[in-house]
Amino acid sequence: MSSVVARGIRAGYREREVLRGVDLVARAGELVALVGPNGAGKSTLLRVLAGLLRPSSGTVTIDGVDVAALDRRAIAREVAVVPQVFETLFPFTVREIAALGRTSRLGPLGTLGSDDARAVARALDDIGATDLADRRIDRVSGGERQRAVLAMALAQEAGVLLLDEPTAHLDPAHQRATLDRVATLARRRGLAVIAVLHDLNLAAAFASRVVLLADGAVVREGAPASVITPELVSTVFGPGLRVVAHDGRPFVIPEPPTELERHARAG
Amino acid sequence: MRTVTVFALLAVALVVSAAAGVLVGAVAIAPGDVLSALLGANDTSGTIIRELRLPRVLGAALVGGALAAAGALLQGMLRNPLADPFVTGTSAGASLGAVVAVALGLEPVLVPLAAFVGAIAAIALVWRLARLGGRTTVLTVLLAGVVLTSFAGALVTLILVSSDRLALRLRAVLGWLQGGISVISWSELAVAAAVVAVGVIGALLLAPRIDAYAFGEETAAALGVDLDRTTAAVLATTALLTGAAVAIAGLVGFVGLVIPHALRFLLGATHRRLVVASIPAGAMALVLADLGARTALAPAELPVGVITGLVGAPFFLALLVRSRRVIV
Repeated sequence: MSSVVARGIRAGYREREVLRGVDLVARAGELVALVGPNGAGKSTLLRVLAGLLRPSSGTVTIDGVDVAALDRRAIAREVAVVPQVFETLFPFTVREIAALGRTSRLGPLGTLGSDDARAVARALDDIGATDLADRRIDRVSGGERQRAVLAMALAQEAGVLLLDEPTAHLDPAHQRATLDRVATLARRRGLAVIAVLHDLNLAAAFASRVVLLADGAVVREGAPASVITPELVSTVFGPGLRVVAHDGRPFVIPEPPTELERHARAG
Repeated sequence: MRTVTVFALLAVALVVSAAAGVLVGAVAIAPGDVLSALLGANDTSGTIIRELRLPRVLGAALVGGALAAAGALLQGMLRNPLADPFVTGTSAGASLGAVVAVALGLEPVLVPLAAFVGAIAAIALVWRLARLGGRTTVLTVLLAGVVLTSFAGALVTLILVSSDRLALRLRAVLGWLQGGISVISWSELAVAAAVVAVGVIGALLLAPRIDAYAFGEETAAALGVDLDRTTAAVLATTALLTGAAVAIAGLVGFVGLVIPHALRFLLGATHRRLVVASIPAGAMALVLADLGARTALAPAELPVGVITGLVGAPFFLALLVRSRRVIV
């Protein structure tokens, strides 16, 4: 049971500051959706939370422990990251991929023990990939490959799980299945989950809280209906997106171009 | 089960090729005489077998095993089957180190160490150059490797021509540079074997962490790998293996490239298995290549690098064409 707290995060690359004072909290059992336009700093924030990018100021703590004080191995036991890229040229099996999640627990001779085998089996089971375990990663479908990578992150047995656009390359049914699985795991395993999502409707359907990021700062955070509002969506994302409420849930619908826009483009 | 079968086959193949390497040569020696020579018979055959053929076969095995293991490590860390000590400029750096040592008249047993120094300087420089663009890609590593190989080659030629000590033995040195397991003494063999042993232990210890590079450096770091330390350790291990190999056999290309790649089809991707299998497979490949080099144009002798180049270069090109999509 972990919670992750980021306070006053400023971070960037070389001269460009991407995050300008971000606060974020994710508690055990909840799925926080990180949304915002391209370039808002979502992926950068995820890198800071994972300890992969050192913030220029501000702190990230996990259960009160400052991440900056931990080495890579110790961080990997607290925070798992599901990578966005899951292509590999080498013929690992799904089980071998899941076992990579145990890298931070390798013994001095680089061996894994029975605890590790159990964690891998449990991760594969939780993600519904046990049947795939002995298949080669380059011979399964995109959705199955993503499940292998999710199993890898789960096998880390970290309290915090970070996902960078986990639905990016999936069809709508697999998008839904993935988020459903992740939300269920967050509750069942008591994980604090933060997922960067582009699709506001998926965020509204699965996240317990939504954090809207724009220009490196949090614009608003809270329950989906309080963040995904017509005013905020049009301010942050621009025009052409209609927000309607249905069953108490906000839906974002892209509008076809108006007569005026078409005219302006033609002229 | 499959793994066990592959390892058993590799072991048998290595023993058979080593036996062939000792039995066959420019001078015909009957198998019975080979056996008595191995048991210590004191005649011409005994000298040929014990002082020429056996050390040569063992040297070839050592070189092949070391290069293949080094290739497996480099490919794993770069996530690409196009890397090996030769194309990354490591071998060229090692050859420069070895030539400098010989030109300075250092003890022959120090040559592997000088080659190691050259190898580690070369691969560290290549890595530094490849890093300039931010992340390390196989393309930038290969480009830096090409540049460094040319530069080291030019320096080697310069030293060869200007050193009186080497000019006298120009033919022998040129043959060695082309990849030739020339006359090798038991003491040189022992030093190289010790260096390779250290390198192999390092490779085996590093292998599980190299698996974590499957999805790139960033994911490896997220999985708990200390990138700087691991990179340094892998490069040092590669340099040890390459230095020892180059000290014995000069520039032998493609063994480090082809062997791990072929084994991946048979054994899968995990690097500990791959490194363990690369050693007998690389050893066997180079023992056979050396046998070919000795017998193809007998009594004339080809540098073994000619054989590995003839077989390996087309293989490399095929690989390049196939993986064009994902080379960077």
